Amino acid sequence: MINWLANPARFMRLSAKAVPWCGWTAVVVLALGLFWSLVVAPPDYQQGDTVRIMYVHVPSAWMALSVYLFVAVASAVALVWRHPLAEVAARAAAPIGAAFTFVCLATGSLWGRPMWGAWWVWDARLTSVLILFFLYLGYIALVNAFDDPSRGGRAGAVLALVGVVNLPIVKFSVDWWNTLHQPASVMRVGGPSIDIAMLAPLLIMAVGFSLLFVVLLILRMRTALNERKAMALRLNAGAMPAPRPGRDRAVSAHTAVP
Amino acid sequence: MGDIGAFLAMGGYAGFVWSAYGVAFAVLGGLAVYSWRRYRDSNVTLERLQQDLGKRR
Repeated sequence: MINWLANPARFMRLSAKAVPWCGWTAVVVLALGLFWSLVVAPPDYQQGDTVRIMYVHVPSAWMALSVYLFVAVASAVALVWRHPLAEVAARAAAPIGAAFTFVCLATGSLWGRPMWGAWWVWDARLTSVLILFFLYLGYIALVNAFDDPSRGGRAGAVLALVGVVNLPIVKFSVDWWNTLHQPASVMRVGGPSIDIAMLAPLLIMAVGFSLLFVVLLILRMRTALNERKAMALRLNAGAMPAPRPGRDRAVSAHTAVP
Repeated sequence: MGDIGAFLAMGGYAGFVWSAYGVAFAVLGGLAVYSWRRYRDSNVTLERLQQDLGKRR
């Protein structure tokens, strides 16, 4: 399956059909999730209406972790098998993961202020998520820091893989250390401890965020492949009066312009 | 009308709840719009480039 999808031309053909389907499904699911979160779901008996922040905070936290895992796995595949799409996928996913992590931090802060009395505390959960955010930013800066994209890709892939050590720290920080942050109430041994009336909108929002990730990932990968193709065409056209595909691929921009 | 007022007030936590949803909408919506625009531009650029090269050939 992975090898079959490895062909960029095949990816372009299939993904063109997937974009509108995933896109509109994401819009519908997110609209349903927002209505359920803001209107249908009951206020919490202790936290009142602030509990509604959970429906964006928790799914974005799940996305922050799973998108990082995606970047790391894609980086490993790019390093080991030189899969032509893996590096493109990792680069395309990282800014989406950074956006979800930022949303997680900002909404957490807005939830912490009324419930804990503090915008921010330097405890294990919050600090490890902040480090996750910086790992994303570091990866994005690193892959764009080299003139030679393949060198930037390799350096970024190594950083992404080293950063994986932070994922279990984020996940288990609430069990390993004393913290203001509450422990897991959905993905825990013994099943979710949260009532169905709140679990339902939470899961719908999580599905909506996942679909949004898939759509944005495909769009950004298609953009990268388009830009790469345009670059190759420009280089070829500059090197010769008429482009002949398959030759003079290695001519640099400097020698191409007399 | 009172219902809508109560809904907007969010039990006295309007500032926190609406800011949280606003941040999420702005960041994720902004990324979506940016990604879509850049994708559209890359399509236009590539098509134009292919047309130009086709003419020269």
